[in-house]
Amino acid sequence: MTPHPAPETGPLLGKLSLDALPLHEPILVITFIAVAIGGLALVAAITKYRLWGYLWKEWFTTVDHKRIGIMYMILGLIMFLRGFSDAIMMRLQQAMAFGGSEGYLPAHHYDQVFTAHGVIMIFFVAMPFITGLMNYIVPLQIGARDVSFPFLNNFSFWMTTAGAVLCMISLFVGEFAQTGWLAYPPLSGIAYSPNVGVDYYIWSLQIAGVGTTLSGINLIVTMLKLRAPGMRLMKMPVFTWTSLCANILIVATFPVLTATLALLTLDRYAGTNFFTNDFGGSPMMYVNLIWIWGHPEVYILILPLFGVFSEVTSTFSGKRLFGYTSMVYATICITILSYLVWLHHFFTMGSGASVNSFFGITTMVISIPTGAKLFNWLFTMYRGRIRFELPMMWTVAFMLTFVVGGMTGVLLAVPPADFVLHNSLFLVAHFHNVIIGGVLFGLFAAINYWWPKAFGFKLDVFWGKISFWCWVVGFWLAFMPLYILGLMGVTRRMRVFDDPSLQIWFVVAGIGAAVIAVGIAAMLVQFAVSIWRRDQLRDETGDPWDGRTLEWATSSPPPDYNFAFTPVIHDLDAWHDMKRRGHGRPVTGFRDIHMPSNTGAGIILAGISLVMGFALVWHIWWLVAASFIALIGAAIVHTFNYKRDFDIPAATVAAVEDARTRQLAATGA
Amino acid sequence: MPKMLPRSTARFKLLAPLGLLPLLAGCNMVVLDPAGDVARQQGNLILISTALMLLIIVPVMILTVLFAWRYRAANKEATYKPDWDHSTQLELVIWAAPLLIIICLGALTWVATHLLDPYRPLARTAPGQAVTAEVRPVEVQVVALDWKWLFIYPEQGIATVNELALPAHRPVRFRISASSVMNSFYIPALAGQIYAMPGMETKLHGVFNNTGQYTGFSANYSGAGFSDMRFAVKSLSDADFAAWVAATKAGGGTLDRAVYLKLEKPSEKVAAQRFASVDPQLFDAVVNMCVEPGKMCMHDMMSIDAAGGAGVAGIGNVRSLTYDKFAARGTEPGYWGRRYVGALCSSPLIASGDRPDATPVDLAPLTGAGLKQTAFADRSAPPHS
Repeated sequence: MTPHPAPETGPLLGKLSLDALPLHEPILVITFIAVAIGGLALVAAITKYRLWGYLWKEWFTTVDHKRIGIMYMILGLIMFLRGFSDAIMMRLQQAMAFGGSEGYLPAHHYDQVFTAHGVIMIFFVAMPFITGLMNYIVPLQIGARDVSFPFLNNFSFWMTTAGAVLCMISLFVGEFAQTGWLAYPPLSGIAYSPNVGVDYYIWSLQIAGVGTTLSGINLIVTMLKLRAPGMRLMKMPVFTWTSLCANILIVATFPVLTATLALLTLDRYAGTNFFTNDFGGSPMMYVNLIWIWGHPEVYILILPLFGVFSEVTSTFSGKRLFGYTSMVYATICITILSYLVWLHHFFTMGSGASVNSFFGITTMVISIPTGAKLFNWLFTMYRGRIRFELPMMWTVAFMLTFVVGGMTGVLLAVPPADFVLHNSLFLVAHFHNVIIGGVLFGLFAAINYWWPKAFGFKLDVFWGKISFWCWVVGFWLAFMPLYILGLMGVTRRMRVFDDPSLQIWFVVAGIGAAVIAVGIAAMLVQFAVSIWRRDQLRDETGDPWDGRTLEWATSSPPPDYNFAFTPVIHDLDAWHDMKRRGHGRPVTGFRDIHMPSNTGAGIILAGISLVMGFALVWHIWWLVAASFIALIGAAIVHTFNYKRDFDIPAATVAAVEDARTRQLAATGA
Repeated sequence: MPKMLPRSTARFKLLAPLGLLPLLAGCNMVVLDPAGDVARQQGNLILISTALMLLIIVPVMILTVLFAWRYRAANKEATYKPDWDHSTQLELVIWAAPLLIIICLGALTWVATHLLDPYRPLARTAPGQAVTAEVRPVEVQVVALDWKWLFIYPEQGIATVNELALPAHRPVRFRISASSVMNSFYIPALAGQIYAMPGMETKLHGVFNNTGQYTGFSANYSGAGFSDMRFAVKSLSDADFAAWVAATKAGGGTLDRAVYLKLEKPSEKVAAQRFASVDPQLFDAVVNMCVEPGKMCMHDMMSIDAAGGAGVAGIGNVRSLTYDKFAARGTEPGYWGRRYVGALCSSPLIASGDRPDATPVDLAPLTGAGLKQTAFADRSAPPHS
């Protein structure tokens, strides 16, 4: 092994030196060249078409929840491509490294790849995706004009992005953690990970964590305070309900993650001994704390998508959701129970039989409300008129895939079974089964479902179906072999293998990953083709699927202010109810609408945080101090910004609404 | 009925994955078909639990496909009730069906978790073969090092690296620790895994029912050399085991503290090694993190702390580390230097076998709830009397 000695620390650049650039790794050099060329081309194009002003005024500084939602989705998509390339690299390495072959990745690189894959997919793909979705849909569903704290929303987005950027910088400057995605000490402590990888991990999560926590607070307040009159809690759409629970989980758990990482930071930077072996430290304390955040985190990811499936099933079955009340209570049960199960991630660390049984059984109990939800979707389809549009296809695929993942999850909750399956590829297959089959399939359903709302035209069905089938088939091909390998006693995070009989399964899994890659490519083509053919796919009505909830009452895309008049809610399926009662759009009597102003403070603060994070990673102390002062200064300056709001004049509102009236008249709606 | 043909062939296509089953038969599902009684019970538990859950999973999957097909928009003959959204009876079934399955599975879990608690001495070596009181399990002390495994046989007074030999049909008791980071000690053919953690001691009991060659490894990522952290496991007859011990003893080599400190430095793909004799206190010194000469053992520190601490006098009792095992992973001394708490006086370590072990479970009446809990002291990491 080649130990990587910690570099000398200089006053000007800290630990940073030319050695930090991975010039000896051809894969990274080529990636960097490709990224640089692509980035330069993008910058050149933006400059050529004079888009900088537009981007800055209309997007980067926007406080409109819809635009921020879209930016979150773009962030998630970009990071998804990075996370997926990591996955392909791992599949390739594991399919190659047999019979004495070392594969093509040395340990130092491979260990970063699997760590980065996990971190990126959870923090910078799944989280931005669900946050973006909630940001876009929730205010529309509850009849609000924006979220409660529009500036905070912009700031949250940019903090998440700053975290993602810091994580990406580690690809080309220095290294990322080689610890696995949860960075268990003592391995992640300074003694065993002396280089900057874990510091990149810590600071990118801490910066992004600020965004996630604040966005959670923002959305909770929005849902509790800004609902349209008549929308009691038990009349909230199910997606809003599941979002509310997910955000409660965010606000309750992310501080735990922040505190845990802060203690690890103190261990690494200040020589404390919270999680060290010596001096009374307890690495198991970290494991407990990180999973007290980590287990609710998976419910943060899946709950909003449960809401999506409920909306989609009900809309495309042309039927009210079966068992709304039990759906809500099931969601609340899951929210509470998700706090009582964390120890099932480490049954194998020597807890007593009674403790293990307790946490095993609480874990199983979660499957009861989850099962109830599944039955509710099933009975929503029962006696419906199901239109198999893309969102519904994803939903049925989810139902068939997710039950298998749920079953293997309950299996892993039986402690003696976990003793033989813990950390195996069976476990890896299980959580990909629920995260791909649940979270990703749900996101794809949501994207296909709400795209027309956001952009005014539907997504292309042909490429959507190609993507769908590639994903579904690719998923089973990629992960069934891992279940089998797990039963053959194969552990995760392995770089080389000596048993040649395993190779065939890794090859099949690699083919599965390739099929998924085709599915991703088809999805990108679907987006491109749909934008290209947007006039043919145009939806003028604002309600292309015969929707049931309030977001479909607006035009597509909705006007800046969402609703000219705040609607009054009489029924759970508010828009369906309005359509049925022959509710007429108000066409006169518009008034000025009070709106928040755009501000650059969010992107500036996040930019300074990014610099500070980078300086902390590399121990560039003067820059840490300077950026910290700048951060505080910028925040104070922002408090003196009194141009925070403006009024959209009634005449403008009337003009927008009149155009909408003519548009609706033209479509005959 | 020629019209029906295409659809029925389509149905058979659904069975195509079954063609993969022979492939499955060809691979060695060691988790479901192990050589040890404990692992076998764990494997059986997987099968029973899966069967129990399939009771509900299969109907759900069938209903999903059935409803999706029957209530497709094109089928105008199916009933359409757009406002039907509640049925108390159905809701009861929806909540009760999973609940019943989980009650069964929960009961099974409670019993099995207690019976298969890795800390509990084995009550049987095979179905129907109870362990008699006079059978003393073979004890092996396991230390996960960077990146190899050290096995100490205290009764035989020998030690090995990356090679584990065990007598078949006899219960084995592992005491497990680690020198640097977390690993997980796992021999799939023998019994489930348990973590090997520095400064802590975990336990595992198991038994081999066949003789043969198996593999063990670390099941928790521990750094660059993790993939090759594998060792051969030999299950031998009593005579062969005795011969193996004798051969090891004849082979020479002593594992004392100095040799250990060299051994624990990071190395990869380490070939099997044997030592004819071993420092009998080594394992306890590893668990108490005081193999380095002059370093205070954790149990001493804890007993001082329990008595109120060494006061101001204790603050000065730190020394610079002359040997630093962390340095092997590239660590610099850092701003605050590397120090450790020095020993106040060299107290004798508590010998390994002295602590009482929990008694085996009486298997007749088999109700998990009535089992006696293993003693708490038995679980605590450092051996303070």
